[in-house]
Amino acid sequence: MKALDNFMQKMKPKADGKFPIAHTIWDGTYTFLFVPGHTNKNGVHIRDSVDLKRTMIVVVKALIPCLLFGMYNVGHQHFLAIGECLPTDHVCSMFWDKFIFGALKVLPLVIVSYAAGLGVEFIFAAVNKHSIHEGFLVSGMLIPLCLPVDVPLWMVAVATIFAVVIGKEVFGGTGMNVLNVALVTRAFLFFAYPTKMSGDQVWINTSLEEGQQLVDSYSGATPLGKAVEGGVEAIPSLMESTIGLIPGSVGETSAIAIGLGALLLIVTGVGSLRIMLSMFVGGFAMAAIFNAVGDAGSFMAVPPLHQLMLGGFAFGAVFMATDPVSAAQTAKGKIIYGFLIGFVAILIRVANPAYPEGVMLAILLGNVCAPLIDHTVVSGNIKKRLKRVKTA
Amino acid sequence: MSKDVKIRKGVNIKLTGLAEKIYADSVSTSDVVLKPTDFPGLKPKLSVKEGAKVKAGSPVYYNKENDKVLFTSPISGEVTEIKRGEKRKVLEIKIKADGANQFETFKQADPNSLSREEVIDNMLKSGVWPFVRQRPFDIVANPEETPKAIHITAFDSAPLAPDYGFITHGQDELLQAGIDALAKLTEGTVHLNITGNANADAAFTGAKNVQINKVSGPHPAGNVGIQLHNIDPLNKGEVVWVLRALDVLTIGKLFKEGKFDASRAIVVAGAKVNTPKYYKTVLGANIGDLLKGATEEGGRFISGNPLSGTQIAADGHLGFYDYQVSVITEGGKNRMFGWLPFIGFNGFSLSKTSMSFLSPNKERDLDTNLNGEERAFVMSGEYEKLFPMDILPVHLLKSMIVEDIDLMEKLGVYEVAPEDFALCEFGCTSKIETQRIVREALDLVRKETT
Repeated sequence: MKALDNFMQKMKPKADGKFPIAHTIWDGTYTFLFVPGHTNKNGVHIRDSVDLKRTMIVVVKALIPCLLFGMYNVGHQHFLAIGECLPTDHVCSMFWDKFIFGALKVLPLVIVSYAAGLGVEFIFAAVNKHSIHEGFLVSGMLIPLCLPVDVPLWMVAVATIFAVVIGKEVFGGTGMNVLNVALVTRAFLFFAYPTKMSGDQVWINTSLEEGQQLVDSYSGATPLGKAVEGGVEAIPSLMESTIGLIPGSVGETSAIAIGLGALLLIVTGVGSLRIMLSMFVGGFAMAAIFNAVGDAGSFMAVPPLHQLMLGGFAFGAVFMATDPVSAAQTAKGKIIYGFLIGFVAILIRVANPAYPEGVMLAILLGNVCAPLIDHTVVSGNIKKRLKRVKTA
Repeated sequence: MSKDVKIRKGVNIKLTGLAEKIYADSVSTSDVVLKPTDFPGLKPKLSVKEGAKVKAGSPVYYNKENDKVLFTSPISGEVTEIKRGEKRKVLEIKIKADGANQFETFKQADPNSLSREEVIDNMLKSGVWPFVRQRPFDIVANPEETPKAIHITAFDSAPLAPDYGFITHGQDELLQAGIDALAKLTEGTVHLNITGNANADAAFTGAKNVQINKVSGPHPAGNVGIQLHNIDPLNKGEVVWVLRALDVLTIGKLFKEGKFDASRAIVVAGAKVNTPKYYKTVLGANIGDLLKGATEEGGRFISGNPLSGTQIAADGHLGFYDYQVSVITEGGKNRMFGWLPFIGFNGFSLSKTSMSFLSPNKERDLDTNLNGEERAFVMSGEYEKLFPMDILPVHLLKSMIVEDIDLMEKLGVYEVAPEDFALCEFGCTSKIETQRIVREALDLVRKETT
């Protein structure tokens, strides 16, 4: 440890040298290996051991169940599609085949997302002469998990670069962005390359080797896509959609895996329970309204709880809406913000069949509204203070 | 009409090296140092030169903006050194003790029999006036104003803090004389805010001429700003004066004995102190004399508590307002993968990203490491848990950072002091220097509005 420290110190490049990027990369690596022993100079003399790196790593850890489950599910869906296993087979049949197949499809997405995003971050850090800020650690993991498995890698790279530059760095970097970076990536792909981001062809990897063919009953549609066509009858049962062995974006399908991540976020206090709960309440409310007025059997009639388990709702509620930078920041604001997103997400999903996945748009709308919501809450606090003067 | 206030937000940080309630043998100090930097926003003007002989209570410097506010020598001796900084700003005035213990004489009288002007005059001349601080701005009170109330805190909830009850025990008369003097200064109420967490000393519970409020809950419940906000909040245009009960003892001594007796009891505590205990010493005393052989190597000396105190050298001097010297472990070591969550050796955290939340009552030896690097605000809801005022701390801080005075006023800048933000600064994930931001903002608002 001491030797490594000395080794790193020895090769430290100059901050104002010929290649500022060299120092940025060194600094990024060094602060990853060691928390530097800087001491407090002004103000408090002791400090909490938590820092942004630790907070971000907790979120990444919370995403691991989704990542692992997503890998398995990618393989599972593939082998179902080519008929090598049946929906009635035990989950463990061909377990490693499925997992390894999925991992080989998902890992490139993860690597490209991190490489593109961190590349941009390093360049901006070098140009702006500040250290690497940790925000992208989480975004880099969220991006592959909210995409369909078959999206081309170059598109992921282009979208990630767009999102980090336009979504974050132009506003001043980590902590300053208005919109959630991962969702900007997804929205960019969604509107720029709709054929690769929606429809029936992208959610399941159907690359065939010689001698393989798709099963006759194969349909690549996600449950939401099917629901638009066929209503309640067409979607998997509540149990299936909770477990998540259904087509969808890589990490969003399993409510159980998301639940494990949510538990970690809530216990550590890193994710806001207020936002998660109020978003579920908002979604439930809207779904209940539709359920009450919709014709039996139609998409509108999908039971509220079932709505919340489908598509990216749970994933968005736990990992996307709770992004502390783009969410509302006041306690009351968080409740309004979460409710608004949940409500609008189901509204878009059901009312507009062109966007069966309303969660992404709802959260982006929520991000944009968050400052306004906070402003209202802050004004309330100001008014209370003014009232105190008048009554005194 | 006393009030019971329960503070729910905040946290007690338990550090190793809590002092035992005994006094060490007294050591007389070889010199004292007066630091005008103890008083934010003060423009000091010297009234002595190097070589001047002073008695305890002789003026040493005064406030350039109000030459009636005198800062006097706590001991008798000779001015040996005047240390200046940039633009010849006076940083330190060293007075070497002559051991004669001579005092200037001031009016010795029952404050109840004096007029308001006489009380103020006596306090100004003797040099006890600067103990009276004001909100807004957290500066020495302006004797030409009349506050709407005076708040005295009778306990300190900061880490390793002295027990005011232990120090004040048996000095009921001095405390009462001080309170009587303060009661002359306001037409409103004098509040004595005692702790509700334990039994307060009889000297406090028996005090007269004062409204006794009980404040319970975790740190920062002992901060007078938090107390007054929850008892009777300060509005724009109003002024409240605040003191600590131990300051009141010195004021009491002035009226009882007719002299500026700057002797005080302090606590010396922290992980690097061999046997933490209380010491009897004097304002501005040389800590090196006091703690000879009493501390271990590798400590950081702080005049005050580890959250809002000032770092001093091992032979540094006690600050004007400080009744505590903390000696805690100095950091500086790089920690490999120190950012990993849930690893035992990776330190104490108020967030639940470290296993330390499982043992909240364990005393800890925290070092002075920053534990990370400064970042922009990312986490939300963190400060709110540690800030027991009806103020939105992060929004107020952001308005301070952008120097928007109008918005600061609306969000409550007049009610806060840097020390109220100390706990937020401790727990901040982004390592933001909140106390510095608040201090600079208060100075700015004061400059622009007065």
